Amino acid sequence: MDLSLTTRQEDNHTVVVVGGEIDVYTAPKLREQLIDLVSAGSYHLVVDMEGVEFLDSTGLGVLVGGLKRVRAHEGSLRLVCTQERILKIFRITGLTKVFPIHSSVEDALAAHE
Amino acid sequence: MPTVELRFAALDGHVRTARMIATAVSRRAGIPVGAADEIKLAVTEACARAVRVNRKHAPTSPVHVALIDAPDSFTIKVADCGRTWDEVAAGPDGGLAPASTLLDLEPTSDDPPWWAAATDDDSDDGGGFPPGLGLALIEGLVDEVEVTRGPDGVGTVVAMTWHLGLDAALAKHS
Repeated sequence: MDLSLTTRQEDNHTVVVVGGEIDVYTAPKLREQLIDLVSAGSYHLVVDMEGVEFLDSTGLGVLVGGLKRVRAHEGSLRLVCTQERILKIFRITGLTKVFPIHSSVEDALAAHE
Repeated sequence: MPTVELRFAALDGHVRTARMIATAVSRRAGIPVGAADEIKLAVTEACARAVRVNRKHAPTSPVHVALIDAPDSFTIKVADCGRTWDEVAAGPDGGLAPASTLLDLEPTSDDPPWWAAATDDDSDDGGGFPPGLGLALIEGLVDEVEVTRGPDGVGTVVAMTWHLGLDAALAKHS
């Protein structure tokens, strides 16, 4: 299964809905999307990962790269994920320290208030 | 003899092929769902690493994957043909370096950690994770990981073994 990406605006945030597989082959697509958003002035991002079926370290690298980019503009990058198999990857790498992870887009937006 | 063996050209697109095959073989072997997810990720990380290593020093050499289904365990060996120990980061105890060290997640100074600091550096392409992170992730997932020099002293072999519990082993043979 390939990677799907859609974006929408909500409460001064850009929500990026990601679906499918994020691996070494598809991660460049996600990287481009995040770079384009930051270049266009979207510095507060919520990445909704509920539809992600697979994530590897390349995908993690792209998310970390996105975080660095928004931080350069005093922005934020929040994740939405409740899937245990994906959360486990953030736990093993310790990246739960780095990314705020929320159980829904509403929670992520509320946390920013 | 391995249950299934696979050789593929060192290209990113084939990592997915290897993942699909490993998933199919683990399913056929009756591996429980949780372990099957681990296998999927571990084989992806090991193959992506091997592709990177081969492309640096042996771009025309294939990546070799062996899947071995034994009565109470499941083993995957991934071999590259690059420089031995390339992209293998050693930890202080001689084992593999953990992800938290590689990612600098335990700051030692009072400065804000890298993920909290606003930086002007916008040049990072975002893909530059430290070498060895794939293996650190594998170590966090797999029951037993062994990293050895390849046959004839060429490349590195990453051997990953899942020990299947008694219940899973019984389910496999019922």
